[in-house]
Amino acid sequence: MADSQAAMLRKTPLNAMHRKLGAKMVDFGGWDMPVEYPATGGLVAEHKAVRNSVGVFDVSHMGDIRVHDLQTAGAALAAVQHISMNDASRLQLGQAHYSAMLYPQGTFVDDVIVHRLRDQDFLLVINAGTREKDVNWVRDNTKGFPCEVVDLSDACTQIAIQGPRAADVVQKLTDANLSSIRNYWFTHGKLCGLENILIARTGYTGEDGFEIYVPSDQKTSEEVWEQAMNAGREFGILPCGLGARNTLRLESRMSLYGHEISNDINVWEAGLDRFCKMEKGDFIGRAALERARAAGLSRTLVGLEMIDRGIARDGYRCFNESGELIGTVTSGSPSPTLQKNIALAYVPPAMAVLGTAIYVEIRGQKYKAGVVATPFYKRARKSDAASGSSSARAT
Amino acid sequence: MAYPANYRYTKQHEWIDVKGDVGIVGITNFAQVQVGEVVFVELPKIGMKVIAGQAFATIESVKAVFEIFAPVSGEILETNLALQTEPEKVNADPHGAAWFAKLRVANPAELKELMDAPAYEAFAPDGCA
Repeated sequence: MADSQAAMLRKTPLNAMHRKLGAKMVDFGGWDMPVEYPATGGLVAEHKAVRNSVGVFDVSHMGDIRVHDLQTAGAALAAVQHISMNDASRLQLGQAHYSAMLYPQGTFVDDVIVHRLRDQDFLLVINAGTREKDVNWVRDNTKGFPCEVVDLSDACTQIAIQGPRAADVVQKLTDANLSSIRNYWFTHGKLCGLENILIARTGYTGEDGFEIYVPSDQKTSEEVWEQAMNAGREFGILPCGLGARNTLRLESRMSLYGHEISNDINVWEAGLDRFCKMEKGDFIGRAALERARAAGLSRTLVGLEMIDRGIARDGYRCFNESGELIGTVTSGSPSPTLQKNIALAYVPPAMAVLGTAIYVEIRGQKYKAGVVATPFYKRARKSDAASGSSSARAT
Repeated sequence: MAYPANYRYTKQHEWIDVKGDVGIVGITNFAQVQVGEVVFVELPKIGMKVIAGQAFATIESVKAVFEIFAPVSGEILETNLALQTEPEKVNADPHGAAWFAKLRVANPAELKELMDAPAYEAFAPDGCA
């Protein structure tokens, strides 16, 4: 890979750190990002570290949009309600939830985690590849609301510390009491000597974990990264790349923009009904979703497990027993946890029954797969504070 | 890992070890490092006729799919079925136990197009797998 090519890609403040660690770097939506760290074991070891202990990810390429009131009380909430499908009025201060921004057709601009920082102050965390599109879209669609939209994307280094030992690691770095933070809640606290750091119990791995937002200068970013690595050494913490991030989220059936969700797929098809609050009042995309619901589904997202020897990959075509084309794989990979080859695919609802045989075309040959329940992997929940009340993700 | 002096190498990072009119084909150490942990190997059918540069086998990491190209034209005589159950051999011993196929070389002149070990060693660090 020519360095001149890499130079054109955008870099996070931790780029030099990844290179120092010998990461294999890839172009991810225009960003020069680590896909895995072969020197410390590589993708499968990283995946297992997160499932069994703890791993750390640089997710600074993700975007952050703040929406807050100027003078008019209530404008920020009204704006967020208008542009996203979940009910932000239900969020308490210090709480976050999964949501999505929709086009008028009921399809996806992007999915988003909405954090309620103050009564009329929200932080929307968005995807890397859609950052500029999202920021422009939020600005354009909140023009009628007297609130301010601030793009904080370049101000934050976002680090995800994920796994059953994540709380042990992060607790060593902060004076905030993490045991009182439930899943999909957050706090602000002193972390690595830095004041007022946002510490959220969120993630994209299906494990317990935290996402922390620190100032984006290289020195601070590297210090926090190294302190997290040092704090996690006793638990065998590993730096983790986008490769493990993808297999972890796929096992947990979390959507990825451009795969399970896109500007061509609507909320019902993607199976994200529980995050879409039709009763909250109007929002962009609602009318189209009403119509789509009345019309019924033509395709739905299912989990597949390969029965024949082969790995289904993104974009591979799906066929029924009689050889008719019925759908497409959106994500597929070997599952390091299950030791099986798994995939998500859009198929007609009639083909979505558990156990249905679906044939995936791999290099011109058809390989048998079966429809299975999702998520493919679900972590065992402890009856501790983290599940003291139903989480945003589960409602 | 040293590149055996008696092998010949392609720009796509395959090697071929020719004895008489039979060549043994595998991928180079440079290639296996680029691919990462190999979790799946798909081998050609015995008797398949391949032409130089044609994809004849596939390997997959957790993340991605890579094709293996025939260094020269020929007919597949034998494949290394052990790789189907132990794909990790490709990482462990790319120049030895993890050979992919034996083929009957159809046109020995094609071997002259390939690199020798010193030439490949000079090429590989800048190449793209």
